[in-house]
Amino acid sequence: MASAVFILDLKGKVLISRNYRGDVPMSAVEKFMPLVSEAEDEQVPLPCFTHEGINYLYIKHNNLYLLAVTRKNTNATSIMLFLHRLTEVFADYFKELEEESIRDNFVIVYELMDEMMDFGYPQTTETKILQEYITQDAYKLETQVRPPMAVTNAVSWRSEGIKYKKNEIFLDVIESVNLLVNSNGNVLRSEVLGSVKMRCYLSGMPELRLGLNDKVMFEATGRASASSSKAIEMEDVKFHQCVRLSRFENDRTISFIPPDGDFELMSYRLQSSAKPLIWVEAVVENYAGSRVEYMVKAKAQFKRKSSANNVEIAIPVPDDADSPKFKCSSGSVSYKPEKSCLIWKIKQFQGGKEFIMRAHFGLPSVQAAEETEKKPPINISFEIPYFTVSGIQVRYLKIVEKSGYQALPWVRYITQNGDYQMRMPESIKSGKQTAGY
Amino acid sequence: MNIASRPKFFTTNKRGENYELKAELNSEYRGVRKDAVKKVIANMTVGKDVSGLFPDVLKNMHTEDLELKKLVYLYLMNYAKTQPELVILAVNTFVMDTNDTNPLIRALAIRTMGCLRVEKIIDYLTEPLRKCLKDDNPYVRKTACLCVAKLYDLNPELALESGFVETLQEMVSDINPMVVANAVVALSDINEASPETVVFKITGGTLNKLLHALNECTEWGQISILTALADYKAGDVKEAEGICDRVLPRLQHANGSVVLSAIKVLMINMRLVRDANFNKNLVKKMAPPLVTLLSGPPEVQYVALRNINLILQKRSDVLSNEMRVFFCKYNDPPYVKLEKLEIMIRLCNERNVDQLLSELKEYASEVDVDFVRKSVRAIGRCAIKIEEASERCINVLLDLINTGINYVVQEAIVVIKASETAGIADIFRKYPQKYEGIIPTLCENLDALDEPEAKASLIWIIGEYASHIDNADELLSGFLENFKEENAQVQLQLVTATVKLFLKKPNENQDIVQQVLQTATTECENPDIRDRAYVYWRLLSTDPQAAKAVVLSDKPPIEDEDTGVSAALLDELIYNIGTLASVYHKPPEAFIGGKRYGADNVQKAVAEPAEEEDINAPPPQIQAAIKNNDIGNLLDLDWDDPGAAAASSSSQPSAQNDLQDLFSPSSPQQTQQQSPVAAKPKSNVDDIMGLFGSSAPAPVPQTSGFQQPMFQQSPPQQQQQLQQNLFGGDLLFDTQPAAQPTSPPQQQQKAAQNDPFADLF
Repeated sequence: MASAVFILDLKGKVLISRNYRGDVPMSAVEKFMPLVSEAEDEQVPLPCFTHEGINYLYIKHNNLYLLAVTRKNTNATSIMLFLHRLTEVFADYFKELEEESIRDNFVIVYELMDEMMDFGYPQTTETKILQEYITQDAYKLETQVRPPMAVTNAVSWRSEGIKYKKNEIFLDVIESVNLLVNSNGNVLRSEVLGSVKMRCYLSGMPELRLGLNDKVMFEATGRASASSSKAIEMEDVKFHQCVRLSRFENDRTISFIPPDGDFELMSYRLQSSAKPLIWVEAVVENYAGSRVEYMVKAKAQFKRKSSANNVEIAIPVPDDADSPKFKCSSGSVSYKPEKSCLIWKIKQFQGGKEFIMRAHFGLPSVQAAEETEKKPPINISFEIPYFTVSGIQVRYLKIVEKSGYQALPWVRYITQNGDYQMRMPESIKSGKQTAGY
Repeated sequence: MNIASRPKFFTTNKRGENYELKAELNSEYRGVRKDAVKKVIANMTVGKDVSGLFPDVLKNMHTEDLELKKLVYLYLMNYAKTQPELVILAVNTFVMDTNDTNPLIRALAIRTMGCLRVEKIIDYLTEPLRKCLKDDNPYVRKTACLCVAKLYDLNPELALESGFVETLQEMVSDINPMVVANAVVALSDINEASPETVVFKITGGTLNKLLHALNECTEWGQISILTALADYKAGDVKEAEGICDRVLPRLQHANGSVVLSAIKVLMINMRLVRDANFNKNLVKKMAPPLVTLLSGPPEVQYVALRNINLILQKRSDVLSNEMRVFFCKYNDPPYVKLEKLEIMIRLCNERNVDQLLSELKEYASEVDVDFVRKSVRAIGRCAIKIEEASERCINVLLDLINTGINYVVQEAIVVIKASETAGIADIFRKYPQKYEGIIPTLCENLDALDEPEAKASLIWIIGEYASHIDNADELLSGFLENFKEENAQVQLQLVTATVKLFLKKPNENQDIVQQVLQTATTECENPDIRDRAYVYWRLLSTDPQAAKAVVLSDKPPIEDEDTGVSAALLDELIYNIGTLASVYHKPPEAFIGGKRYGADNVQKAVAEPAEEEDINAPPPQIQAAIKNNDIGNLLDLDWDDPGAAAASSSSQPSAQNDLQDLFSPSSPQQTQQQSPVAAKPKSNVDDIMGLFGSSAPAPVPQTSGFQQPMFQQSPPQQQQQLQQNLFGGDLLFDTQPAAQPTSPPQQQQKAAQNDPFADLF
């Protein structure tokens, strides 16, 4: 549990605070910034540390610190997650969570802090439910608000009496690819983080059942032989709290009463052995003291019938590079000196295609001797619609409500980049040598 | 909401502000009063003292406007302590609010009353609280549950006498899962505050209810229930298996804390289960959720990584095939990167060591100096951990030295030296030419070596391999020129290295060793260096063969610098998975003090009778030391009379004589004498250890200080004989028979001072 929660600006000034248990002096926060900067000087600052019997746990968000203090051997994971949940709820309420929005909305911040945690224990942290009885426009409420049933219901995420003229539900299956390739071009990690997001416009208390081409379920139901090639094996699945976990554990059925509106129903993770979707090779020739040249080859390694949209390849260049010149077979290239990189944009990249880009930068003739270069990786972002790496498919979505209405499910698939990084290869050094050699 | 139209509550800076606010608070218009309260709260937020407005704010408490009511409550919570007399005025409204028709207001009132922490109103709290605990509305009930914990914190006797704690115990069986969860939270909180009362003990009956509520309550409720379940000791194997089965689905929860809490319950109950397959299956199911925790926010990743580290120490098979997921990303925060390194080393084995090495080599070329150093060090740790790979590790290190990047080279030298002491010196013995090959590289970087540790390591290498390095004497002389300016660590190594050089190549190096010992004994301020030089000197003058046996003896193998926590501590930390203890890798007692902290309880705690103490338990310092697996600490403790210990080790008064006694070959009985005295000899042993250059920086073997090489082998006399037998044929020195062991040290010292080498040769 947390004894008190503080929101501070980057200088460590308290913007707002809430004392939940009264067992830690509120002045303890004054030690926070000095301790953090001390840690920064000496070694790596850690997100939780202890000082004179008081434990500090904090996260950083935009230009804010969110800090919890406690004297006890608290559940650190819960506190960290709660602080993150605070930022999410505030962001849902104020769009942006930053110094200004905290100041402008201090009343509601106090109200939320009071409702989300009691005596240091997290309570209701679902924005949608909180919004039913804590609003910015309190004066608009004609009748006095009451605690929504949902706060304490077994179904704590959906209120009763929701009505829609047209009952519809939208499913987005979004897969993010995390890729890490080392400087020799070997794939170190290739992982898919999938997410099934729903937009739910359904009346009443509907019972939903979602069927996927889940290999484990196929095997359990003895359908392994028939469609095993199409089934996918998820390494880890996480569900929104509305899904009945014990039911899933028993027979892999995903059954639930959905919250209203947008939510993430489930997320899953799997290792991918397929070729990386977009492959980039870079050759760097560094003529120290005069210029550096890049030859970059990008390949789309997926089926021809799909194509990637808004592909952006960010190639890091030295901080002191100047006078850029580019040439590419497709797309456009721009230099972003503030990020020390060049960005090659390709609007549409069809599967199987390959493009080449050349870049040339000037380098100052004088340079600091023996300074180690930063070695940021190549970052790639893209989006491939109507395509999933894993091959996941929604087989059915059954919707049953006691009023017996018909509802239409819509499904979309999309694959995009997650942490998609390829480490830069060693540059070929030629021409003038640095003093270190 | 339109930002421009929003009133700015923070911007008033007129004089007499409080006066104005007072007027506004008493205004006849509702709107004005509400804005005034907001201004007061705004002032409170920025830290201005608005406690003077207490009565005026209080007047606005009785209102239909929920927002205004909340603001006044908030004000009360902040200032009730400063105006305890006036709080009484609020009680009436509070009690009325707990009877309101709106459950939101009932709950708000009871919640706020619990937060006021003023003795005076506690008496007024009991009746409303009793009612709220029985409220029809579960929202009010769940709020009231926590209020009991708040009351207990303020006044435990009252909470017990009024039967609230009993009511809580009944509420564990409430029909509403959220109420169950909060009742569990409140009971656990009370239990933690005063464990002696045992207000909360899960029985077979409640166990089932809790397992059932687990499926229905919110994520935070699930965490509290899982935490409570972790304290439950399953009666038999079957029950433990049952708990595991029921908790297992929680691993699929999106909330990482639910997952870690579930893993804690599994880890605890797994110990009871005998069925190996059952456990194997659990371990298999635990791995993917643990990996998924790494997709969370970095702070949660950090907590998860620290816990994974513990879980791996307990069950090394959990993530055996998952090393790749711990590879560092460029944009990982430093604290995540360093933890990932630790875990990679833990997961490293013969099959994946090559992968890890190429990865570590890449890290070594990054810019974050701290991370680079740790990565280079990790290469050395791989070498120590996996003997088969040690040669490859050394090759990677040599590659890194060739990069010429200053801090990489320094770190690599330290690591090479460390790996060396780790007993993989075989590589160098096997491929001496290769090792010699790098000496020039190292020496090229001599100027760049500005860190004592790196410098000391290089000097150690030169001394150790003096026979393979042709110009060892030149290199050492180079260092000796600035002997007096060097850091103590470097000086110590210089003394040792020179002695080693002399023992290996006695003919050419008499001058140099004499020069060093002379300087060290006469011109050095530091007693450690002086003492070490004296000891060497006497050793050399007394018996060069013994000196050889001592100085050039085999080094004990060292272990990986971080082998983890002790078994006892590990067991305790497993019970604390997910908590701060598991993040710090320390027992909770190490960072939380006494048992009660409540600001209001500090005084009470003093008055309370002290905790019962186990009379048979060792003194607290020892317990702490045992917990921390810190033998060093143990040896440091001076609970015996130091004088007595000193007397038992030597009857001679002077400290120098003590030292000499330790070395005089006639003291086998002395070693025996020492053994039973566990406490004092530490300082002596430490000194002796310090004498061997080889073992100085290496961690002391975990067992005991006495198992240093010298004592391990045999009593000195025997050893000496052995040496004589060994070297009998080709004695390097024309040694006199060992000086009379019992010869008076004083006299000997005098002789040594006059002309040490006259004695020798």
